[in-house]
Amino acid sequence: MDRYLNRIGGILTENKHKAKAIVVTAGVIAGLVMTMSAPAFSGEIKSREEWKKEYVRPAEVPFPVDNPYTAAKADLGRTLFFDPRLSGSNYISCGTCHNPSLAWGDGLPKGIGHAMTVLGRRTPTILNLAWAEQLMWDGRFDTLEEQVLGPMSAPVEMNQQMEAIVTELRSIPEYQTLFKVSFGEEGITIPNIAKAIATFERTIVSGIAPFDRWVAGDEAAISEKAKRGFDLFNNKANCVACHSGWNFTDDSFHDIGISDTDIGRGKELPGVAVMQHAFKVPTLRNVVERAPYMHDGSAKNLFSVVAHYNNGFVKRPSLSSEIYELNLTDSEQADLVAFMKTLSSNDAPVAFPKLPAYDQTLAGSVSGTNPAAGEGSDMRGPENAVAAEPQTCGGFFQHWLLCK
Amino acid sequence: MIKLRKESRTMKIRIIASIATVLMVAFGAAASAAEVTVIQKDKKFDKKAVTINKGDSIKIVNEDSIAHNIHSRGAGKFDLGVQKSGTSSSHVFASDGTFKIRCAIHPKMKLKVTVK
Repeated sequence: MDRYLNRIGGILTENKHKAKAIVVTAGVIAGLVMTMSAPAFSGEIKSREEWKKEYVRPAEVPFPVDNPYTAAKADLGRTLFFDPRLSGSNYISCGTCHNPSLAWGDGLPKGIGHAMTVLGRRTPTILNLAWAEQLMWDGRFDTLEEQVLGPMSAPVEMNQQMEAIVTELRSIPEYQTLFKVSFGEEGITIPNIAKAIATFERTIVSGIAPFDRWVAGDEAAISEKAKRGFDLFNNKANCVACHSGWNFTDDSFHDIGISDTDIGRGKELPGVAVMQHAFKVPTLRNVVERAPYMHDGSAKNLFSVVAHYNNGFVKRPSLSSEIYELNLTDSEQADLVAFMKTLSSNDAPVAFPKLPAYDQTLAGSVSGTNPAAGEGSDMRGPENAVAAEPQTCGGFFQHWLLCK
Repeated sequence: MIKLRKESRTMKIRIIASIATVLMVAFGAAASAAEVTVIQKDKKFDKKAVTINKGDSIKIVNEDSIAHNIHSRGAGKFDLGVQKSGTSSSHVFASDGTFKIRCAIHPKMKLKVTVK
């Protein structure tokens, strides 16, 4: 009997070892399969308080040594920014697409340029560009000074002949004075136009948001739901991998799996596999005011954005290693959106400048026409030009509001 | 018999000399080709600039929890590909000059390499 029991025990023990081995093997295989198919958050683990320290606002706005801040230059830049005479049609200003009433964007899925040309990508905000490098969705410009001139001269955007803009601005007496104040005898030049606008743009900084007050110690500044969203942002949802720091961007480039044929940064860096379909990570400051989202405007609201990152992306070789299925619940997705809503500042409305008038002296009245207007420069195109009512289209704001 | 011993000794000396030569060349090469280590941490390089000699290499270590992709454009351009967390990559600089190295993913990460 004992022998029998021992035998039974032996079989059981043997099977137990086998079962254990099977369980361990199955566990390892399952672990490997899970690792291969569903990466999980592998970033830094910090407490909420430690994470909050990563988002403290900077004390000063940085300006480059070769284009330092002066109040006069920023004011001149602001005037130029809102002056539609900087476009070939004299109809589109920088502010037409970068509208302060829409968090310095245009609220459209894709930008609209010269002659109502629909552009290839969404208009990015110009908030907080003082901290940015590699401007544009594809990062093709190194500095803000370079970037300013890009859209101005692009035929599909502002369509300005750069050699003509200097002549046009020199024909406006007040601009001569303003440039002289900022740049001395150099006066009106293409680089100085760029420097002035870049200086103004560097002053466009998102204001204090409820999130900033919470980071500064006001626990009541944001809801518990938003605080849970902040925790997810820095952990399970892995948003922090790219939207890091006070400006909620590290200015990096990633393929986030948007289903389109635009290769973005890949055009600039054709030999770098991971840059194919990669686009610049935008700031999330004031993001709730800047729908639609993504470089192609394909996400209509923040819930669509979170759903994309959760599991809605296209898998392809260039997909960023930071993009993987998040398995966020509906409640967690709502928490993330609640958190992003706390990033908006309640800034005062931006006042439009009074633009310098054309020369009203006898010497400036050559042929009695607007000296800055070029032939065939109507941006609305031949079809729409017929229906235009010039008498209702005075000034930048009316241009934008009434004439579009 | 004596002649054979002499030949054997000569052979031994030759072998030892050959080994010594090989070792000297190997150690000499190792001594002249240095490797400078650069750490990537918090989306930054731990150095802004390094100066090395022609034939030296730079070993770039990723101590971040995210991936990087070191590359250089222009003359002598190279791309080390995606470098995952906890891994390192090396590049030998075979020609002199100044090289601007960046992370393609995080272009704010910049390293200037001067090769003499």
